[in-house]
Amino acid sequence: MSGFSRHLESFAALLLAVIWISPLVFAFWAAFHTTSDAVNFNVTAPWTLDNFRTAWEGAPWLRYFLNTFLLVTVILIGQFFVTTLAGFAFAQVNFPGRDVVFILVLMQLFILPEVLIVENYAMVSRLGLFDTILGVGMPYMASAFGIFLMRQAFKGVPIELHEAARVEGCGWFGILWRVYVPLARPTYLAYALVSVSTHWNNFLWPLIVTNSPDTRPLTVGLSIFGAPENGVDISVISAATMMTVAPLLVAFLVFQRQFVQAFLRAGIK
Amino acid sequence: MANHVSNERRRQAIYGWILLSPAAILLTTFAFYPSLATLWSSLFSRGTRRRPTEFVGTENYSDLFADPTFWKVVTNNLIYAGATIPISIAIALGMALWANSKIPARGFVRTAYFTPTVLPMIAAANLWLFFYTPGLGVLDQIGSLFGLPSVNWLGQPETALWAVIIVTIWKEAGFFMIFYLAALQTIPEDLKEAADIEGASRWTYTRRIVIPLLMPTTLFIMVNALINSVKLIDHLFILTKGGPNDASKLILYYIWEMAFAFFDAPHAAAMTILVLVVLGVVAGIKFTILDKRTHYQ
Repeated sequence: MSGFSRHLESFAALLLAVIWISPLVFAFWAAFHTTSDAVNFNVTAPWTLDNFRTAWEGAPWLRYFLNTFLLVTVILIGQFFVTTLAGFAFAQVNFPGRDVVFILVLMQLFILPEVLIVENYAMVSRLGLFDTILGVGMPYMASAFGIFLMRQAFKGVPIELHEAARVEGCGWFGILWRVYVPLARPTYLAYALVSVSTHWNNFLWPLIVTNSPDTRPLTVGLSIFGAPENGVDISVISAATMMTVAPLLVAFLVFQRQFVQAFLRAGIK
Repeated sequence: MANHVSNERRRQAIYGWILLSPAAILLTTFAFYPSLATLWSSLFSRGTRRRPTEFVGTENYSDLFADPTFWKVVTNNLIYAGATIPISIAIALGMALWANSKIPARGFVRTAYFTPTVLPMIAAANLWLFFYTPGLGVLDQIGSLFGLPSVNWLGQPETALWAVIIVTIWKEAGFFMIFYLAALQTIPEDLKEAADIEGASRWTYTRRIVIPLLMPTTLFIMVNALINSVKLIDHLFILTKGGPNDASKLILYYIWEMAFAFFDAPHAAAMTILVLVVLGVVAGIKFTILDKRTHYQ
């Protein structure tokens, strides 16, 4: 009986896995077949790259890829800079008002940038950053979550190392750069994976702040390309979708363990 | 000596604020100031060419409360939260229990569960479009095998919101699974052995020991799922655009539409403030009640 229920459970787990992956598999399969073959589930139909050709010609994808790449890079560099300094201040420097400020920072975990789109849009326009990649990236640079993560990482550094560096004549910034940053490398890696995959996928804010192909990231480009008004057929949309998710998806499949570890490390606060 | 100490303290204070200044400036510019500015602009009327903006107090709020679309959107979002939170948590728990037990092809199963997490919501919506399209879509094709009529899942008010909910659950369950998976691995083996000796069934063991031990994780996931139920709206842009007849419109989408399609910033601001109040309450509950066992040390 127990053996039977065990088999049943394994079957259910596998079935759920197949269901869960099927939208992706269908789209992958459709991307390589003509629309009529795809909608008729012609399993034996020949494979084709035509959809990718059509999709590729339909929008400046190379530019979109470049924009997304620049965007995630700019955000990551900004986040590393801002959160390292702030995380260190919260972890190792004793200054008046520290706890109050820290609570203010934590508040930002709940004041979602997504919710403040109206005023942030006004702010970005006022700063002259409308329709620039910096404008898309800036609201995310002082991430409360990142500051929190760095603070935790820096708190774990043994105080002896700090003291030793000081005895050797290192200043504050020297200690931060030579002792804390290298020791927090796993946290940086985890944070980088989470940040890159979040902002590679982000949509609403870039949609609002970008207004031209020169700044538009992939997600916004994809939404415009696939809009029903454009009358693009399902196979071509699938091809475009596959194209845009491919870099992140392949990276995920190759570095799966690191990705999962990163999300875990980032999530357990 | 006392002088030396106070010097050191002053130095720490200066260093602290220098280190903090980039974060403080950015947070003020893009979080604190905008929150206050939103509150402020929610109290003024929308200026037109003939009539300049003027202070109207809470009029924008009472307009919202009198707007049936607003209530429709709030109801939708409550259904959205009420469905996605418990269902995705339950699925995530099931996934984690399975992915943690000795089943064949465990690596494939884990990957399959987690993969939707790394896709953009826009891409997820495109994939699901392939399922939902009437006549040609996968669901209709499967239905027609059983002689069921074609259903316009996204085009009719009864099903549109649910179609959107399913995509959200699909997207977030695998993400929540990994937190359960991590928590499961911290449960000591002895508990399982003790339960076996006591003759407890696997079901009893899961229900009476595992699930209570996972409670902190469940609360953590719940807060995340709640935030997601405000935040995850990207797929609406592809699947339904909030339609038909506002049947699948959610609050954040409505805010976007109000501000950037109808150019009615004051009402969008009022709605934003209401969302912030709700999020503030959630934050308050989280920081005071849930963090009693505090992680924030």
